[in-house]
Amino acid sequence: MTHSEQLDRTFAALADPTRRAILTRLASGEASVNDLAKPFSISQPAISKHLKVLERAGLISRGRDAQRRPRRIEAKPLADANSWLERYRQFWEGSFQRLDDLLDELKIREKKTKKHGRAKRARGEQR
Amino acid sequence: MNNTGTLKVTTPTDREVVMTRVFDAPRRLVFEAFSKPELLKRWFGPRGWSLVVCEVDFRVGGGFRFVLRGPDGREMGMRGVYREIVPPERSVHMESFDDYPGSDSQVTGVFVEQGGKTTLTTTVLYSSKEVRDIVLKSGMEHGAAESYDRLAELLASEKAAA
Repeated sequence: MTHSEQLDRTFAALADPTRRAILTRLASGEASVNDLAKPFSISQPAISKHLKVLERAGLISRGRDAQRRPRRIEAKPLADANSWLERYRQFWEGSFQRLDDLLDELKIREKKTKKHGRAKRARGEQR
Repeated sequence: MNNTGTLKVTTPTDREVVMTRVFDAPRRLVFEAFSKPELLKRWFGPRGWSLVVCEVDFRVGGGFRFVLRGPDGREMGMRGVYREIVPPERSVHMESFDDYPGSDSQVTGVFVEQGGKTTLTTTVLYSSKEVRDIVLKSGMEHGAAESYDRLAELLASEKAAA
């Protein structure tokens, strides 16, 4: 699979809330299909379908225990998708922190202008 | 606290990135900071970068042109066209990076005010998955270009010393 195809599958797999919830659960340790189905109000076959999508995307794999066949999370593809998002974060976090400061300044300036306007009107001056 | 200052980044589909950020200011001011060049110059760009060119024709069909300069003097240009402007609640524009022709994406900003704070939700929609990959690769290439630059500098200084 090329890097690009891998990213397609990762994002497609992550585009579903149930699958994201499954990954969140697996992030804290491996679990059987039964365990994974418990918190959801959907059937076990439906969960199995979601697990298949995650498995095809390489985001989860099966453990050795043949009876329970526990699923566990695969870190690498998730880390790749995350490093892509990290670039966004870096660009925008730096920008937005400066914007916070600017907005504070604009708020203060606006308050001053309002006060100034009121004082002028109180003195009977024309605007 | 309404999560002021925390940037949330998610990918609802394989062609979209959504960012959410809360600002402690009315949306009128936040919207102004996104539309006036004299204000944009003061905040737009990653840490250490400054907006050396900022031309904004803020009306539907009008264009913008930004050039960012990094701490090492490297420049990154981008341009776009405004598609929809509804002050102070919504704006839609197209944008692309000079270095990556065809890297078009549609950027939608929604400004929601509550209790004097503004939640800005920005959705970036890439025109195709190929474009998304171009942007992804650009990050890696930038990194590679930087190390090549350093190598070139090193070789130049060694030549001078020899």
